[in-house]
Amino acid sequence: MNFIIDEEHQDLIDLYREFAENEVKPIAAEIDQTERFPQENVEKMAEMGLLGIPFPEECGGAGMDTLSYVQCVEELSKVCGTTGVIVSAHTSLCATPIYTYGTEEQKEKYLRPLAMGEKLGAFALTEPGAGTDASGQRTVAELVDDHWVLNGSKIFITNAGAADIFIVFAMTDKSQGTKGISGFIVEKGFPGFSIGKQEDKMGIRASSTCELVFENCIVPKENLLGEVGKGFRLAMSTLDGGRVGIAAQALGIAEGAIDETVKYVSERMQFGRRISQFQNTQFELAKMKANTEAAKLLVYQAACAKDNHENYSHLAAMAKLVASQNASDVTRRCLQLYGGYGYTKDYPIERMMRDAKITEIYEGTSEVQMMVISGWMGVK
Amino acid sequence: MNILVCIKQVPDTNEIKIDPVTHTLVRKGVPSIVNPFDTYALEVGVRLKEQLGGKVVVISMGPEQAKEALKTCLSVGADDAYLISDRKFGGSDTLATSYILSSAVKAVEEKEGLKFDLILCGKQAVDGDTAQVGPEMAEHLDLPQITYALDIVYEDDKIQVKRECDDGYDMITTTLPAVVTVVKLPYEPRYATIRTKMAAKKKEIPTLTFDDLKTDEAYCGLGGSPTKVKGTYTPNREKNGVKLNGVEANDAGAQLAEWLQTNKIL
Repeated sequence: MNFIIDEEHQDLIDLYREFAENEVKPIAAEIDQTERFPQENVEKMAEMGLLGIPFPEECGGAGMDTLSYVQCVEELSKVCGTTGVIVSAHTSLCATPIYTYGTEEQKEKYLRPLAMGEKLGAFALTEPGAGTDASGQRTVAELVDDHWVLNGSKIFITNAGAADIFIVFAMTDKSQGTKGISGFIVEKGFPGFSIGKQEDKMGIRASSTCELVFENCIVPKENLLGEVGKGFRLAMSTLDGGRVGIAAQALGIAEGAIDETVKYVSERMQFGRRISQFQNTQFELAKMKANTEAAKLLVYQAACAKDNHENYSHLAAMAKLVASQNASDVTRRCLQLYGGYGYTKDYPIERMMRDAKITEIYEGTSEVQMMVISGWMGVK
Repeated sequence: MNILVCIKQVPDTNEIKIDPVTHTLVRKGVPSIVNPFDTYALEVGVRLKEQLGGKVVVISMGPEQAKEALKTCLSVGADDAYLISDRKFGGSDTLATSYILSSAVKAVEEKEGLKFDLILCGKQAVDGDTAQVGPEMAEHLDLPQITYALDIVYEDDKIQVKRECDDGYDMITTTLPAVVTVVKLPYEPRYATIRTKMAAKKKEIPTLTFDDLKTDEAYCGLGGSPTKVKGTYTPNREKNGVKLNGVEANDAGAQLAEWLQTNKIL
């Protein structure tokens, strides 16, 4: 066991932090209030290589690993949960499945621009009737001559309004159940594909979460991702990776909230003392810090297991379960330490509390994570 | 265009601590950064290189740890970096420092096999705030100098420099080679990318010592430094000063003189 972050990773953490502090933090409140997608920062991140961290240089990536990627999501999320999830959804849910399951042609055509940040990615599994029960896909794909025809709709798709490339799942054989689901690479401009309404969300309000509509959408035959009928497995294994990203987002939100609160309680005076001098404040923050460090170890462990090509599904589930519940808990407690001011938009803590909640829901609810963990334990 | 950028590693703090005995900066326990004005000088240099071709080389005089600052420069566009370091250089004031750096220019030119067309410095370092090293280098090297530059445009073997001054800008043209010091720019220097950061980490930074520079020891280090610091203190912050708002510099000067006379200070 080695719990020391090596110099290479630390140097990049410093780089991510510098960018987050100087470019992301100053606009975090504004993009939350206006629901404006932070395109300018996505472009800057692309230039810096932040949109292709774990992919090899020959694929257009930065040649680093999952650990460095989750550290990037963590640093971004410390100041802005929205920016964290933009990078996470793009990297884990769109670029990664193409890297893992794509053909050489697909990697050249789609992974390279994604990893270089020239294109932004999204992932479309959820439907109005298929959330946690992802097997209930209603979107269908039919092979007609040399192309697939997709019909149906998807909802709650992160990055949708800004993305160029989508991983879309659809039923290719209804009679086969989950074994009848296949994955496709869909470009923004494909005929019959349109972006529907944008959701008005509680948190991560600038991440452009929209509906996707497929009306006789024409997808070239060669844009099938993986094999016919293997889409459900592909989606599930992709979500394992995604969960480490979301766990890192949750971790970052908790750390950011603690950082802000430590500053606040060191300045805020009540009863003639700084509120940091009250033992309740000290103990609250001590507990939060300890739990957040525990979550961090789980997140980093899951990332390292993925980098070492070990089975990490259960570790990703544990990391996400613990980190997301911790993020909600920590941000709520931090807001309590702020008191009334924390409830206003003059301080970032209410935004952090709103951003934290989604980490318990998307890419598998906490209940799904517990199903994965108990299944791995053999508790049936 | 081949460009040399002189940079200094400074403590990353607004509360500079000074050793009460030696009157030198306390560096221990304070994180270090590249002097912000030097990062602007580097950005100007890198943009010129991108436009015109050539090379950007950075040098810094300081202890071994100043290599960290040089690595930072390598990650944001500098091609090569050299550390100028020797025990004999320790305790140098601005005159000795500018003398040593000027000697280093020639040594680096030999190592690189090129001649520098332009030498860039930040207008001043945020720790000492003297703004002397750049201009003194120009004197040692007998080169034209332009201070407080906001922008440099190259045309027909000359540069036109936009110089910041109290009442606006001066546009000054000079032949090359020249020394230019740079102020805070209207844009921020670029970020490192993951690739440039990793490449900078692996790159070797040679150290040039006293023997490499062919300098006269009498002009180096404490012995070569005519500056004698009698004492240092942090000035008290006071809020009851008189502020002359919305007044041209000339009128403000006259008003100040009048005020000083009225109050029998002059």
